[in-house]
Amino acid sequence: MNVNIYIYIFIAAFVTYLIRLIPLTLIKKKIKNQFICSFLYYVPYATLAAMTFPAVLYSTSSPYSAILGFISAILLAYKGKSLILVACSACIIVFICEIILETFGLI
Amino acid sequence: MKNLTEYKTGVKDGIPIFLGYLAVSFAFGIQACKIGLTAFQAGLMSFTNLTSTGQFASLTIIASCGTIGELAFSQLIINLRYLLMSCTLSQKLKASTPFYHRLLVAIGVTDEIFGVSITRDSQLSPFYIYGLTSSAITGWTSGTVIGVISGDFLPKNIISALGIAIYGMFIAIIIPKTKKEKSVLCVVISAMIMSCMMYYLPYLSEISSGFKIIIITIVISVIAAILFPVKEDSANEC
Repeated sequence: MNVNIYIYIFIAAFVTYLIRLIPLTLIKKKIKNQFICSFLYYVPYATLAAMTFPAVLYSTSSPYSAILGFISAILLAYKGKSLILVACSACIIVFICEIILETFGLI
Repeated sequence: MKNLTEYKTGVKDGIPIFLGYLAVSFAFGIQACKIGLTAFQAGLMSFTNLTSTGQFASLTIIASCGTIGELAFSQLIINLRYLLMSCTLSQKLKASTPFYHRLLVAIGVTDEIFGVSITRDSQLSPFYIYGLTSSAITGWTSGTVIGVISGDFLPKNIISALGIAIYGMFIAIIIPKTKKEKSVLCVVISAMIMSCMMYYLPYLSEISSGFKIIIITIVISVIAAILFPVKEDSANEC
């Protein structure tokens, strides 16, 4: 697996770089096709949402702490808090929750 | 001399990006450490890839020993939005900008650098983008390395708590937009439901995690593009 990691890294870098490079060097006009524009617009949200759930439930030692962290992150993000604050708060909630769970022998 | 000034302005304007990237890539480093990447491997990945969503998906595929084709295809789909940004940026450069400048500018096409670049009214100097890119890459790579190293020596319960950090960031990126646009809310909810189905249902759950993300992204984005087409202006902002 270790040998392959470098191949993975460079293939990913190569593909990503080509995507960035091709329009800059070839296309001088704007993309006018509304379907393609709309598709590209939604891609990041679909990807991030799919990667977040349900994977977030298994990102910590216990699904209970993960659910609490997840909910608190949604609430804070909904209130418009910054990226860093949302992420840090979720971590702190998980940390406190797991200490409590540990004290009661639930993990 | 003018080029140097442009570069310095870029570095300065890139400081918020530097700080933001430092934090996000720290979480990426922790995640990379979890699946067994060394600080050098993760740092190299950040230095050469410079893409948060894409790298995170790469980790998922590396962890599940996915194929190279799966990896390449996932990067293509997930980072396809750079194609749009790169198109927009190409209009902001002077038509006479030489090829080697375009080669270098391409390195820095990310959501944040794009976001800062397009706020400038005038034509862009490649040197300004180099300044932004320098700040961004430094923050992104060093944060990753610090994350991996921390992952090695921090106590277990702190690592566990930090495990949720990257998802907290994803949520912080998604949620504000769902408030403003019903279409994005629909996209997020249906992507999560579909992701659950593929995770828990028999047969579907046997598909590798990288391909799950690709399938969900394509299906949901195509449906959303048909149901809620966006006006050209707002599409360029993403």
